[in-house]
Amino acid sequence: MKYLYIVAAIALIISFVKDKKKTLKGIKRGLKKFQKILPKYLMLLVIISIVLLLSEDFIIKYLNQGNILIGTLSSVIIGSVTMMPGFIAYPLSGVLLEKGVAYIIIGGFVTSLMLVGVVTYPVEKEYFGKKLTILRNLFGFLIAVGIAIGIGLFYGEVL
Amino acid sequence: MKKRIMEYFVFFVFVAFIGISFLIDFNFGQNMGRNFYIFAKDMVLILPPAFILIGLFDVWVSRKTVENSFGKKSGVMKYIYAIGLAATTVGGTFVAFPVANALYHKGAGYDSIITYVTAASLFMIPMSIMEASILGIKFTALRLGLSIPLIIISANILKFIFNKNNYKLPEVE
Repeated sequence: MKYLYIVAAIALIISFVKDKKKTLKGIKRGLKKFQKILPKYLMLLVIISIVLLLSEDFIIKYLNQGNILIGTLSSVIIGSVTMMPGFIAYPLSGVLLEKGVAYIIIGGFVTSLMLVGVVTYPVEKEYFGKKLTILRNLFGFLIAVGIAIGIGLFYGEVL
Repeated sequence: MKKRIMEYFVFFVFVAFIGISFLIDFNFGQNMGRNFYIFAKDMVLILPPAFILIGLFDVWVSRKTVENSFGKKSGVMKYIYAIGLAATTVGGTFVAFPVANALYHKGAGYDSIITYVTAASLFMIPMSIMEASILGIKFTALRLGLSIPLIIISANILKFIFNKNNYKLPEVE
């Protein structure tokens, strides 16, 4: 994140030296977009904080079951409706792995977590419109299933 | 003005609820507050410089440049550009959505922006490093390798659907 501030600062300096007026216009435009979308982002944070209450125990319980098919399907669904930062998701995946959960299930969970954003819908639809947002997430779901199956095949967990 | 305040209403109610929870030691609300803090400190701080950069992009980068790299004329290279840009986008999809929208309005095609956004959620470099250290390099390499063809195929299907319908992305001023 520090890196982003440095990049932004350097870009601002270069831009300012080249053209003062244009730079101010750019800043103004950026901030206008920011303040317009900010309430949506805050709303998203509120939703995520509530969803995260779905505790790790719940996820471990649901993903740590014998059946590969049910496990994979629920991993992709749970991953789609939840949202958590990597520094929580990966240690959690490590715990799952230790408990003997299959890679295909972990793969489904991790990919859909990143790829399908049911909770990010309010923000995404502002930029992509409803239709594209819904279809894009649907395809994301399919991609997550595809990646999970590929991982499962590779680790010899299916077939 | 009134409308703008209304947009923050839920957020204020939430903050008040968290505040009260900490005062009366209400566990459920306290946990929610902690979750909120984890995300807020990362996300909210990332947004201002990201939007400044988007604003600068808007005034400096010409339509022609974007069209040449992300538009119809750009062949396979647009996927490489899109994935490269995605891997270096800090903040994942939260930042990628507005960037994709800005690219689109400068002439980028649906396939490019969808590849970009999808890759932005899967290719985050710091996250992938963490993943490899916990789940193994093999797992990470598999996940990333499998995702590239799937991302490009689905981006092209979506492009086909949305170009046919003459769909336009919302303009965010």
